[in-house]
Amino acid sequence: MKIDLRQLKGSGPAYYLLLAGLLLVTGMGLGAAWHMEHSGHIVTGMDNQIVWGLPHVFAVFLVVAASGALNIASMSSVFGKTAFKPLAPLSGLLAIALLIGGLVVLMLDLGRADRLIVAMTHYNFKSIFAWNVILYSGFVGLVLAYLWTMMERRMNVYSGYAGLAAFIWRLLLTTGTGSIFGFLIGRQAFGSALLGPMFIVFSLSYGLAVFLLVLLAISLGSARPLEPGMQARLSRLLAIFVAASAYFVLIYHLTNLYFAKQHGLERFILLDGGIYTYLFWLGQIVLGGLLPLLLLLHPRTRGHSSMVLLASVLVIVGGLAQMYVTIIGSQAFPLDIFPGYSISSSFGDGVVAAYTAKLPEWLLGLGGCGLVGVIVLLAIRNLAFVPQRLDRFPTEPTGTEAAH
Amino acid sequence: MKPDSTSSCGCGKNACSDERPDEPSQVRRSLLGVAAAGLAGVLLAPGVRLIEIAQAATPGVATTGANPKVRWGMLIDSTKCTPGCNACVVGCQTENGLTSQPGPTDTQYIRKIEIKEIKTGRTASLPMMCQHCADPPCVDVCPTGASFKRADGIVLVDKHTCIGCRYCMMACPYKARSFVHEPITNQKPDVPRGVGTVESCTMCVHRVDRGEQPACVVACAAAGYNAIVFGNLNDPDSEIAKRVAQFNTRQIRADLNLDPGVRYQGL
Repeated sequence: MKIDLRQLKGSGPAYYLLLAGLLLVTGMGLGAAWHMEHSGHIVTGMDNQIVWGLPHVFAVFLVVAASGALNIASMSSVFGKTAFKPLAPLSGLLAIALLIGGLVVLMLDLGRADRLIVAMTHYNFKSIFAWNVILYSGFVGLVLAYLWTMMERRMNVYSGYAGLAAFIWRLLLTTGTGSIFGFLIGRQAFGSALLGPMFIVFSLSYGLAVFLLVLLAISLGSARPLEPGMQARLSRLLAIFVAASAYFVLIYHLTNLYFAKQHGLERFILLDGGIYTYLFWLGQIVLGGLLPLLLLLHPRTRGHSSMVLLASVLVIVGGLAQMYVTIIGSQAFPLDIFPGYSISSSFGDGVVAAYTAKLPEWLLGLGGCGLVGVIVLLAIRNLAFVPQRLDRFPTEPTGTEAAH
Repeated sequence: MKPDSTSSCGCGKNACSDERPDEPSQVRRSLLGVAAAGLAGVLLAPGVRLIEIAQAATPGVATTGANPKVRWGMLIDSTKCTPGCNACVVGCQTENGLTSQPGPTDTQYIRKIEIKEIKTGRTASLPMMCQHCADPPCVDVCPTGASFKRADGIVLVDKHTCIGCRYCMMACPYKARSFVHEPITNQKPDVPRGVGTVESCTMCVHRVDRGEQPACVVACAAAGYNAIVFGNLNDPDSEIAKRVAQFNTRQIRADLNLDPGVRYQGL
């Protein structure tokens, strides 16, 4: 089947309204970053106990979702599921947009964002962060090359190789992101080899949720109905990824619950950690896990676009809650400097650290999301990323998948 | 056929965009391809030339550097350290130009910690600061190498290359580091600091390099406690080395195997 990719033409006022809204959000994020840069991090809710705040929650979520958004392209190029081929360019576009959005937030939250050139010229190769600088820029480069091989007919023959390289790179990238936390010895919630693979599984779920959200929005906004079979496949895939994420979370907590030294941390997250306990159970588990599974699998809801859309939004909300618990909850829980002792000091030792994100942090985090939207909207309007028709997809050569 | 100057795209082919809809998109694809390949190259090989420029040494400037045979360290006798006494903290604040009433966003190089054994109720008071580890996690995680260990074991932050990512603060198991949250005025000339960068106890490196004792050690002695001994752990004739050899001392979180240069007695 010939795949016909086209720019979105004849977009109505809704397109421009959305673009204007996203530009405004992005602009406000940049303004917040300028304010933080000008006045210092004193204008945020962060302090010497909670050193990574809400911007990191957004940034890490976007970076993790970026590698996951490449799923669909990998399904066609690496795993031979040709039905997904028409959606592969959009998948690559989203991967790049999400990564740029996340990186911009991460960069603008630096104490010295003006020293980006230092970060690009001084490398400590023992640092996971330094690896990530290379992994992130390499990912954008590889996915761009991959998009080129997909969208330039002369280069189509190399598409499989580029897709495989991008797939391997995305696994490395998310291992690197998870290892930012996994390779920390000081904090009880981290320091586990599980975090690398767990972040990969999270990325599959978050990235596909964002992809589905964008795809359904395009389908709705440009009056191109999505083929029910494709929607069903993507929904099932999302359900599998959500379940796999829940499995990793279960193993992570079971392991901690088995070790007596981790009981305090587990009690904090699971029972009496206030906002972190609520966000874990209500945000990560119920809204981000159980409810989407129900919507995606229940016979009465699974066929409806609106329910799939809702499930995708919930997975994203749950993902942000997960990042909040993982990144901020782990800092709020006091460091165990003297195991077996209760401790107190003028520096917040022995007590749960308080943190409330302030407006500049919200604006910066949301600004990163706005930037993702702006990139995607401009790209699909001006370049041929979206299939002309979403109501028919190539059939699989084996025939087995087509039966689903 | 002569080029047609009236063609709208300037390619010389009359109304090419109307009659050959594929050509502009091919041109665009080619341009995009070149742009994508160029950008990929730029992203994949970041700043090789810039690394050379940035790392070039200043000609004609010779420095002696720290002595690799020395391992500066401290021994803190918690039996001599008194709850409520803050002399070391005040001495540090005065020496380094730090605020005397620190809030959650202010820097603390050294702090007093009160500990109580949960099972027995036994209490102790002690100062806590950068432990100047032999294998410092803050140095491992620093992406730019701004966090570094001198040859004599003192762990420092290069304020010129710190980008303020705070990864070292996440990595330190002693919570020894602070982030400068707002612009600083009235700095001490010996202790340069900067908004947006991370800092911690320097073991008063500026004093040590002059052959003096760190400010906290001096302040503790002046207060009459003499709870902190500073010296070269590698010199068997130094007081600190003798006491470490003679008494039962411990490193905090010794299970992490970071080999801190600060040891505690009487815990």
